[in-house]
Amino acid sequence: MNWQAIWAIYTFEMSRFFRTLLQSFVSPVISTSLYFVVFGAAIGSRIDEVEGVSYGAFIVPGLIMLSVMTQAISNASFGIYFPKFIGTIYELLSAPINFLEIVMGYVGAAATKALFIGTVILATSALFVDLTIQHPLAMVIFMLLTCLSFALFGFIIGIWAQNFEQLQLIPLLIVTPLVFLGGSFYSISMLPAAWQTISFFNPVVYLVSGFRWAFFGIADVPIGLSLLAIAGFTLLCLGIIWWIFKTGWRIRS
Amino acid sequence: MCTEEGNRMQPMVQISNVRKSYADGFEALKGVSLEIRDGEILALLGPNGAGKTTLISAICGITQPTSGTVTVGGHDVVTAYRGARSLVGLVPQEINLEPFERVMNTVRFSRGLFGKPKDDALLERILRQLSLWDKRDSRIMELSGGMKRRVLIAKALAHEPRVLFLDEPTAGVDVELRRDMWDIVAQLKKDGVTIILTTHYIEEAEAIADRIGVINKGEILLVEEKTALMTRLGQKELRIELQDAITDLPASLAARGLRLEESGHVLVYTYDTAQDRTGIATLIREVSDAGLVLRDLQTRQNSLEDIFVGLVSEQEGAA
Repeated sequence: MNWQAIWAIYTFEMSRFFRTLLQSFVSPVISTSLYFVVFGAAIGSRIDEVEGVSYGAFIVPGLIMLSVMTQAISNASFGIYFPKFIGTIYELLSAPINFLEIVMGYVGAAATKALFIGTVILATSALFVDLTIQHPLAMVIFMLLTCLSFALFGFIIGIWAQNFEQLQLIPLLIVTPLVFLGGSFYSISMLPAAWQTISFFNPVVYLVSGFRWAFFGIADVPIGLSLLAIAGFTLLCLGIIWWIFKTGWRIRS
Repeated sequence: MCTEEGNRMQPMVQISNVRKSYADGFEALKGVSLEIRDGEILALLGPNGAGKTTLISAICGITQPTSGTVTVGGHDVVTAYRGARSLVGLVPQEINLEPFERVMNTVRFSRGLFGKPKDDALLERILRQLSLWDKRDSRIMELSGGMKRRVLIAKALAHEPRVLFLDEPTAGVDVELRRDMWDIVAQLKKDGVTIILTTHYIEEAEAIADRIGVINKGEILLVEEKTALMTRLGQKELRIELQDAITDLPASLAARGLRLEESGHVLVYTYDTAQDRTGIATLIREVSDAGLVLRDLQTRQNSLEDIFVGLVSEQEGAA
């Protein structure tokens, strides 16, 4: 294992993040605050509690998930797409490293960035609402797994994309709708029965539900099922990446 | 194809019957075999689309050959890619650099990528050698085109490769920078680095190479010591147009190897520009001594294209 190379990719990617620290840091703080103003104060004042939790606090896990997923995807997909776009990929291909090491560097960095932003949002939320985390360990595990699996997913998108439009396509058309319809801002039990059934086909429901359970001990789906879903998604992404590695698809002609 | 007069040592790079064909059926490399000796500078000459970049890509791991094997320092580039690639540095033809990165940072990244521990003292030496030290904290996008090329070289040298591939290092580069580039290559050779460069300028190969390979349409047409090849490339033709056609060459002129062409209107003399005495002055005198009246004079250098045409027709003739 070429740890030096993994570290080189990781730190190189992280330096991009630190270069734009203001943007990386301020943007999630502002958007989280806006969500609290709009959902928490304006709408939340008309919904006092959801399953015994104040609405302001109820949306915190969903908000964190929303940002963590989109950030992990965008950072990882851009991280590997950009070298393809500007041609510096030649260096990765001619270096004494294998695909797994490339994945570890890029995905590790993207997951770290997403984790950082998730933590910033959690801290910002604590300024607006009273938060108690009932299962801190489970929360950390859920957050880590989500960062990781969605960074893997983003990496696949970055390899697949052949232009900037394609890079945005999946996050915009699939991920964002799934997250918004995944119970980030409401409980699935608030929906009519038919929509509840449909919602259970949305994988994001399981992630948000599990994450919310870690905070408040309430969930739309059993916690075991949530863990299974995220583990399954991680494995699926790893499988696809292994296949890309085997075939050299869209990387090595 | 390449026959050596005796294997003095294990070749640094051994390319055996490498083919590369694409899905659309295009064959970029048609069974290339080539040995590159330790410490030499080999220039690969060929027109655009000859397969130079594909060959380099196959050696460096950027593309997978369809068949055939390549070893670098005895390591197979596919099965023992770590050993092979850690010996190789690649300077690509295109200026592929992250515009927002700073010079030192991007060079440091290259070293790390090849699994080498941080060594800023070495990187300082490399940057100084390439006159980049003052620019170490500049962003890539602030640099001139020539400086960017130097950054590419610095990146390739950052992990102390034993073999350096320079893919058209001087394409679209001004004369001054070309000279600088040649000096850099000469210095690297002194440091013991084996260098393979591709080019379509004969002068470039002439200026720096030890051996010259000619590649065209995915085939190596010849590999020769530079001195031997330059003699062939250095042939020039003097065409003497006569006022009145003649039917027979005067004996004195025939003895000098002149030919009569265009139904007696033109005298053709082939000579070697590399020689101290080309014999032109004497020849002209002898022509007028023979009572012939000159109408015009023309000289024509053998171009790489002539050599190609010659080589290809030779090849076809042999087949």
